[in-house]
Amino acid sequence: MTAVDVSPVSRRTTNDEAPQKLRKQGKRRFGADAAAIVIALIVAFPLFWMVLSALKPKTALDAGDAAPYTLEPSLDSFGRVLGVNNFGQYFLNSVIVALVVVVLSTVLAFLAAVALTRYNFKMRTKLLIIILVSQMVPVEALTIPLFFLLRNAGEAIPLVGLNQLGSLVLVHVGFSIPFAIWMLRGFVAAVPLEVEEAARLDGASSFRFVRSILFPLVAPGVVACSVFSFISTWNDFLFAKTFIISAQENQTLPMALLTFFKPDQNDWGAIMAGSVIMTIPVLIFFVSVQRKLVSGLAGAVKG
Amino acid sequence: MTALTPVLPDAPQGGTPGKGSTTAARKSRRFSNGKRGLEPWLYLAPAFIVLIALLGYPIFQLINVSLYDYRQAQVSGKAPLNFVGLENYQKLFADPQFWTVLGNTVVFATACVVFTLLVGSSLAVLATRLRPWVRSMLFVVSLGAWATPAVTGSAVWLFLFEPTLGLVNKTLVAIGLTQFEGYSWTYDKWSAFGLVASEVVWCSFPFVLVTVYAGIQAIPTEVIEAARIDGASMPRIARSIMLPMLRPIVIVVTIQSIIWNFKIFSQIYIMTNGGGIAGQNLVLNVYGYQQAFAASLYGLGSALGVIMTALLMVITLVYLRILKRTGEAL
Repeated sequence: MTAVDVSPVSRRTTNDEAPQKLRKQGKRRFGADAAAIVIALIVAFPLFWMVLSALKPKTALDAGDAAPYTLEPSLDSFGRVLGVNNFGQYFLNSVIVALVVVVLSTVLAFLAAVALTRYNFKMRTKLLIIILVSQMVPVEALTIPLFFLLRNAGEAIPLVGLNQLGSLVLVHVGFSIPFAIWMLRGFVAAVPLEVEEAARLDGASSFRFVRSILFPLVAPGVVACSVFSFISTWNDFLFAKTFIISAQENQTLPMALLTFFKPDQNDWGAIMAGSVIMTIPVLIFFVSVQRKLVSGLAGAVKG
Repeated sequence: MTALTPVLPDAPQGGTPGKGSTTAARKSRRFSNGKRGLEPWLYLAPAFIVLIALLGYPIFQLINVSLYDYRQAQVSGKAPLNFVGLENYQKLFADPQFWTVLGNTVVFATACVVFTLLVGSSLAVLATRLRPWVRSMLFVVSLGAWATPAVTGSAVWLFLFEPTLGLVNKTLVAIGLTQFEGYSWTYDKWSAFGLVASEVVWCSFPFVLVTVYAGIQAIPTEVIEAARIDGASMPRIARSIMLPMLRPIVIVVTIQSIIWNFKIFSQIYIMTNGGGIAGQNLVLNVYGYQQAFAASLYGLGSALGVIMTALLMVITLVYLRILKRTGEAL
């Protein structure tokens, strides 16, 4: 409706229908806005409830307090989670695994994306199809062979064996690469060929060009892509459950959270506090790169 | 939308430049001579070594193990390995539970896909008609749901639908529906699937929303303007102009959703506590995992993994076919 007020007078007078049309649009727009706000509230509700329940005192939760607010917020649940259950250690483990995976997979995927977009060679299309297909592999199905692979690898290199954080890093780097290549392709291809020619004329070697010119230019896209490796690693619960069998100290967040689930006597305050701790880093990461993400996704999907 | 360099599937190699677009011709002239031939392989090598070791080899091993009678005794080396050929598969196909699980998987995944697409694309259309701040709000909130880890999302939804303490039952009882007093949403097979599906739709519709919205934004406004001047109504514009132009994106989003939803593991595992009462909520992925790591039937579990992979490969091939037909270049 503000549109009517701002629109220049001259334009309004040139077309008799305009004000009426705009008003009509404004009305319809109001309906759409109201609907969208209601939907947004519904979508946000589970997250709101999670944070609220984490802050409610245990007595209120056990009594089944359904109030959408709390008059006596307490950090007790967080205390229980961090103090008693060693959540800090698991948080750190999750951060380490996720960061190493992000760095390794992004670098490897970036180099591969360079080869696949800025060079023309015989196998190119075939490789692209292989990458597309390998994205579709249900990695959950590979748990069994990977379990045995890591068990054997652990005998040679203890760092990547079962019960080690290295095992999680390894499998997640493998799983993140195909999608990362697929997404980075668009960003790498968007850098004009002229930039490359100019660099060559100035005497830069191919690797020098990739490292000092291409990489900084593509960096925003790299950040957007890294969010996917980060999230899939951070969220993974199957591999952590399967590979970290006996070494409690090397457990990551999802499994740690699951240990709070006890039939019929769930400590919901602790579960919600743990969930908040686990969700916040992803939320921050996600929302801060969302713009890049949207354009990157569109590129990858268009692929 | 990010522009992608057009690349011809079989671009001229070596000494036959000059075909295709000027960019392609220039590219082949620049890069196909002598030493440059090795360069792309140097860039590819690290990623592909990792892919071969952690995807290629395990897939081979998965098929391999599925052909053996592989149980705890064989793992610890106490019993000899027996090659049993397709016996694991025969066992599965003769087992009524396998068919039930397969049916569950198809119904559950299909429901998730349909609702995800419906919710996501209707919101994408809605988003084009919103005030900027409302749209931003909708997007930020959706991204929040998208970013929520499956484990924590499942935990919150479980809590909301908890029989005695959960907000949903409390509210239902408060408005007079007393039969929901202590009602367990995970006790009945289909209400349990429904609960998991709601959580899945909640955290996966944003992908559809974001992508379809980007697709709509990419439609030139002139086209819609022209249709409007010609007197086309809004539904007509949506059906005859926007939908055809969005087809490639809708196809990609659909296939992507199918693949994701067929693979769902965490939500089912957590919300139904490992597959529900007496395994009523098992889907292929969870079933395979239980067979392998709970029952130590690694051969059987691998066979399930192979079936799952084959199923998704078929979907992927159909996907590639459709992409090719719509003229989308790789």
